[in-house]
Amino acid sequence: MARLNVNPTRMELTKLKKKLVSARRGHKLLKDKRDELMRQFMIMIRENRQLRSEVEAGISEANRYMAVAGSVMQREVLETALMLPKQEVELDVSEKNVMSVEIPVFNTKYRTSDSSDIYSYGMAFTSIDLDGAVNALSDVFPKMIRLAEVEKACQLMADEIEKTRRRVNALEHIMIPDYEETIKFITMKLSENERSTTTSLMKVKDMVLKESHNYH
Amino acid sequence: MYKAAVIGDTASVSGFAALGLTVFRETEPDKVKGLIAKLAASDFAVIYITEPAAALVSDTINKYRSSQLPAIVLIPAIEGNTGDGMRGVHEAVEKAVGSDILK
Repeated sequence: MARLNVNPTRMELTKLKKKLVSARRGHKLLKDKRDELMRQFMIMIRENRQLRSEVEAGISEANRYMAVAGSVMQREVLETALMLPKQEVELDVSEKNVMSVEIPVFNTKYRTSDSSDIYSYGMAFTSIDLDGAVNALSDVFPKMIRLAEVEKACQLMADEIEKTRRRVNALEHIMIPDYEETIKFITMKLSENERSTTTSLMKVKDMVLKESHNYH
Repeated sequence: MYKAAVIGDTASVSGFAALGLTVFRETEPDKVKGLIAKLAASDFAVIYITEPAAALVSDTINKYRSSQLPAIVLIPAIEGNTGDGMRGVHEAVEKAVGSDILK
């Protein structure tokens, strides 16, 4: 590890010792943050996977109906049937703080009071498969909203975990060892200086005594 | 108040119109890119995009991965499931944990 480029003085030593203490404290805190984020992330990602397979299955079912509807109905008729929706979805977005990661929370609001009021067409000229498709989509829709929420949360948390892990590693493997080594270096240098002062004093004392009293 | 959008080919996304989502029938890469940027700047909180359409504009989608809104979610198109959506989940695990432990 590289030693920091500082003067070996007592003042620097005190400064570095203080820095080392806060680096150790920061390291511990960040490590705890990383562990907790990881725990929450694992819970979220399991839900994410579960939801995604459910949503994908639901949409595939709707798509199967839609494919049949598309084959028995004229394209224009199908388009017209879905052209003017009765229903409108609005989202109320709030935020939830998970270990300093702001994750969005979606609240669905429907324009009509009945959320199952989804058929924007009369039943006379459309295939029953279109009803099936719309119905399957409406069944899976609450899960789709939850999926959006969870998937976003997972992405944001993955980012934050990566950042926190880098910080923990930088503190653990670079900053703290650097501080420790520099502190050791300054301590050694200072005690070395002290020893050299003592020896030179002894030498001077010897010389002075020799001069005045002719001691050996 | 925020809204939700669906982007993809006509056959895959038409059904969502009935649910009250805003539907954009667009599959040209450049137009989809512009559309996503426009939707992200206005009040769309969730954008569902079909996997084939998303595959054409993956860099634009990755750009919004780390921003809080909008949430861009991949959904299977009418031709079937390509598995891109699930791959995204595994990518997140790999990023967070270092290796894909869900396999």
